[in-house]
Amino acid sequence: MATHKATRAQIDSGEAVGIVAAQSIGEPGTQMTMRTFHYAGVAEQVPTGLPRLIELLDARKEPKKPIMDVYVDEKYEETEEKCRQIAAQIQAVMLEDIGKIEERLGTREIMVILDPAVLKERKLDIDDIKAALKKFSGGEVHASGNEVKISFKGSTLRAIRRVTNKIRSVHMAGVKGISRAAVLKNGNKHFIRTAGSNIAEIAKIPGVDFKRSYTNNIMEVNRVLGIEAARNAIILEIMQVLESQRMDVDVRHVALLADAMTMDGLIRSVGRHGLSGRKAGVLARAAFEETLKHLINAAVTGEEDKLIGITENIIIGQTIPVGTGIVKLARRI
Amino acid sequence: MSEFVEKMVDRIKFSLFSPEMVRKISAAKITVPDTYNEDGYPIDGGLVDQRMGVIDPGLKCKTCGGRTRTCSGHFTHIELVRPVVHPEFSRIIYMLLRSTCVKCGKMLTKKKHMTLGALAKGKKGGSCPHCEAKQAELKFEKPTTFYEGEKTLLPTEIRDRLSKIPDEELRLMGYDPDYARPEWMILTALLVPPVTVRPSITLETGERSEDDLTHKLVDTMRINQRLEANINAGAPQLIIEDLWELLQYHVTTYFNNETTNIPPARHRSGRPLKTLSQRLKGKEGRFRYNLSGKRVNFSARTVISPDPNISINDVGVPRMMAEELTVPVRVTEWNIEECKKLIDAIDYPHAVYVIRPDGKRRKVTDKTKEEIQTTLAAGFIVERQLMNGDTVLFNRQPSLHRMSMMCHNVKVLDGRTFRINLPVCPPYNADFDGDEMNLHVPQTEEARVEAEMLMKVENQIISPRHGHAIIKPQEDHVSGIYYLTKKDSVFSYEKACQILALAGIYELPASDVHGGKYSGKLLFSQLLPKDFNMRVRSKLCRCEGQCGKEKCPYDGYIVVKDGLLTHGTIESKAFENEIIEVLVRNYGAPVARKFIDDATRMALYVITKHGFSADLSNYTLSKEAAVEVDEANDNARKDVMRLVSQYKKGLLERMPGRTLQETLEEKVMARLSRVRNECGKIVENSMGIENTSILMARIGARGSILNAIQMAATVGQQAVREKRLSRGYRGRALIHFRKTDRGADARGFVASSFVRGLTPEEFFFHSMGGRESLVNTAIRTARSGYMQRRLINALQDLVVKRDLSVRDSKNIVVEYTYGSDGKDPQRAGKGEATEETERE
Repeated sequence: MATHKATRAQIDSGEAVGIVAAQSIGEPGTQMTMRTFHYAGVAEQVPTGLPRLIELLDARKEPKKPIMDVYVDEKYEETEEKCRQIAAQIQAVMLEDIGKIEERLGTREIMVILDPAVLKERKLDIDDIKAALKKFSGGEVHASGNEVKISFKGSTLRAIRRVTNKIRSVHMAGVKGISRAAVLKNGNKHFIRTAGSNIAEIAKIPGVDFKRSYTNNIMEVNRVLGIEAARNAIILEIMQVLESQRMDVDVRHVALLADAMTMDGLIRSVGRHGLSGRKAGVLARAAFEETLKHLINAAVTGEEDKLIGITENIIIGQTIPVGTGIVKLARRI
Repeated sequence: MSEFVEKMVDRIKFSLFSPEMVRKISAAKITVPDTYNEDGYPIDGGLVDQRMGVIDPGLKCKTCGGRTRTCSGHFTHIELVRPVVHPEFSRIIYMLLRSTCVKCGKMLTKKKHMTLGALAKGKKGGSCPHCEAKQAELKFEKPTTFYEGEKTLLPTEIRDRLSKIPDEELRLMGYDPDYARPEWMILTALLVPPVTVRPSITLETGERSEDDLTHKLVDTMRINQRLEANINAGAPQLIIEDLWELLQYHVTTYFNNETTNIPPARHRSGRPLKTLSQRLKGKEGRFRYNLSGKRVNFSARTVISPDPNISINDVGVPRMMAEELTVPVRVTEWNIEECKKLIDAIDYPHAVYVIRPDGKRRKVTDKTKEEIQTTLAAGFIVERQLMNGDTVLFNRQPSLHRMSMMCHNVKVLDGRTFRINLPVCPPYNADFDGDEMNLHVPQTEEARVEAEMLMKVENQIISPRHGHAIIKPQEDHVSGIYYLTKKDSVFSYEKACQILALAGIYELPASDVHGGKYSGKLLFSQLLPKDFNMRVRSKLCRCEGQCGKEKCPYDGYIVVKDGLLTHGTIESKAFENEIIEVLVRNYGAPVARKFIDDATRMALYVITKHGFSADLSNYTLSKEAAVEVDEANDNARKDVMRLVSQYKKGLLERMPGRTLQETLEEKVMARLSRVRNECGKIVENSMGIENTSILMARIGARGSILNAIQMAATVGQQAVREKRLSRGYRGRALIHFRKTDRGADARGFVASSFVRGLTPEEFFFHSMGGRESLVNTAIRTARSGYMQRRLINALQDLVVKRDLSVRDSKNIVVEYTYGSDGKDPQRAGKGEATEETERE
């Protein structure tokens, strides 16, 4: 009985699963809201719904609002204090966070007046700052007490202003790209949620349970953990968007989309620069977007359209190679 | 109707035409920059020369002798006195010039393989690694001008350089010299499309209006002739170059009138001309408008309206349409008598045309009738009018998923609208506020069979998107089923007969209520198969924690034993997810279809007899409840005041990762949305399930509890971009409030109910929120439409192969087994394993 049911549920060969998947993901799009989602602990509003879905399909280098959920080792989970310490280690510290930066245009100097308390908290010492400034400012750096002086000779005032602006955001401590790290509570367990994402660096911090930590940046997942992980991340993220909108979509559709996006080892976007732009047929590409470009290039390279896709055959007016169209019948006369 | 496919297009090769090739395929050389003479007759050697085909009826093509319909036209050409650059190839020309040697034409690298782009980018001056010739710096000015140093490179010079590039080198750069020699990108002979491509139209005044392309070609010819005259007359170089440039301009705009950096050529009226590129490009271009989507015959369109008495498989078609649409019937020895009758008939179902085996088509009229009838034999085709039971496709746009086009059976009805039954509204996303739908009549047996088997409405009851029912009872159907299967609904003998007769059941079961009466549950059970079993907790159960099962006070535990509903009232979710889905999966689609047809018809009878209505009293709260609502609102206001004063005094504790102001807003929003929940409780306590509005929300027929709350108790907080309203004036949303006021009322809290009416301020705030949602809807449809187009385009070639792997058109594997289990989401069903345990 069970096997009978299973065979009955088997997918038919020739079924246009791609189109069904696209429709199943696209059709609820019209009903989705454009609302943003408020992740507790992170200041900004994170897009969900349609904008986030489009962002995922576009395979952008960086999502609009990268977010990480960083878990700590199980033994620390219940102690908030330890979590706070780790969070403090994660959050990026820039020069302007640890002291005041003053411009003295008259003497062509920039003064950095450090706050010793913050310095101590972040386990920084004045030499670190000196070294960092030497690298980024291009001026002569002197340190005395809690003050660091950078002097320029012969620079224009404008150049000095540029340096001031630059050194403000010089990375001093913590993990690059993490603008905020907040400790949140789930039951009696704590975890850290960050604005900004950098999982490669997070893995290096002691006390962090890398295996459980999560980022919503699929490109980064691909970079650090590889394409299979990225595929799973795409599925997870799309399902999350759909579920948050109470859209019931079978995973098979989302999985197929993710598989198509990741099938040649890197994340391809859905659109003319990704999947659609790499189609076999000239006519199919021309019919989608950038008609002229594809026709012109096809002409000079003497390209041949083998008419193996759907669009091509519709254009020619022939049976499309899908469903009942893949059946070929020959009769001996 | 062709019997079999004789020819198939196997592949299409793209290439460039050489000037020689152009001359070879050209039917004539165009020599006169004009179209028709004074008599309205095509000029020989003009742009509508009869050697390139004809568009006027009565004239004959001078090349093939065909007439308007039979001759598809022949290309001709213009011999350009001076060559010009083809604008669409200028970028490629530039890259080729930059990456090859001025003198020997070889690539400026010793590497064996390199993309042209990389080669062109890497090079700056220097000399040729093969012949050491010095390379001058090239500059390219869009669209068609090239400079070498200060000097302009003339097209003739460019052509000379391009022809120096050896074939092997071109192959290395990824070009195919057999089909596209670079010097062919410089035009010497301009191909002219036949008149059939650019037909002129005759206005009512009898005036001829030429196509944009013809205009452009006339311009090109004119300049070409002037240039020739000047060259022959030995005019100064400067004048010749000016004319040359003008010729270049005309050719450029002939190909693409939206080329950057040049002004578009305009029509006399000032409208930019639509030239070759514009014809192909974009949504209204040849590709998307005419090639990817085509117009069809045998179709019809009209407004839709509901008919709850026809089957979900049916579509009501207006008589007028049925008379116009035809179905071809092949005459055989078995149906020849019926066919003869059809030919003989004068009234509605009659034959319209008869096609003889040799393809001759004859109209059936009173005069021809008898003759046709006598000659009729097997092998003829009779085109008869659309009749009851015919297979048609029915569609509503936007066609967002495959259920937007389904196969129905025709039911010819009076009136002028298409009729559909209500359960098929969700797949089409149709309503009856003026929606129109399209109908297509398949013309071949093969098409009909495919439509029946793959697209039949009953085969689409379960959506492939999530594996749940999408064709399901709507609104009053659900309410009707509720009244039918309610705990103590009892029907008299007469009514029971009526109800069962609607489902086509003419045998009464034994009475189960004393006095010879029948319980609704028993009547409903008659629709279920005799071996149908289910146990499920319904939405109506409001037991705390574990449901009391059979003893559930809300009759919220549904028990069906051997096809007999013993406990529980049916609501929408139970109907859709438990009954319909199980019927489809275990008993087959036709059984499920019949069940939906019968159950909905019964439901409508029940609800019509029972009566179902709402009036103002449904939304008027009792005095005590109204007081409670006011209290809830007042408490919320006070709490907000408290929060605001804390904020102002700086006593508010900042939440992690928020500013103080954000913290305040967050807390206020949380407090104010709590009001809604409080009011919800009050409303539910004061109005029970006997209130039709609450009833509909509970059983899932229509609306939600929130609608009732907003009407009866309080509308609640209005928001724009998920924030309380604050924009409008400096520091405040409306001038009726103080600038410092951050209280509930000043920021869009609507305490009134829709029944009580909104104050002017509240009304204004409500409109602000309303506008945002309108704007969002408009933006969303556009964005999601484009997203879906991209998705479909990216995934359309993915098909399941015989081995259950999913592959694209290049036969590259995307998934080894579809969905990793090879199961069809439409047929697989979800969570079957867990369901079993819950059902014991």
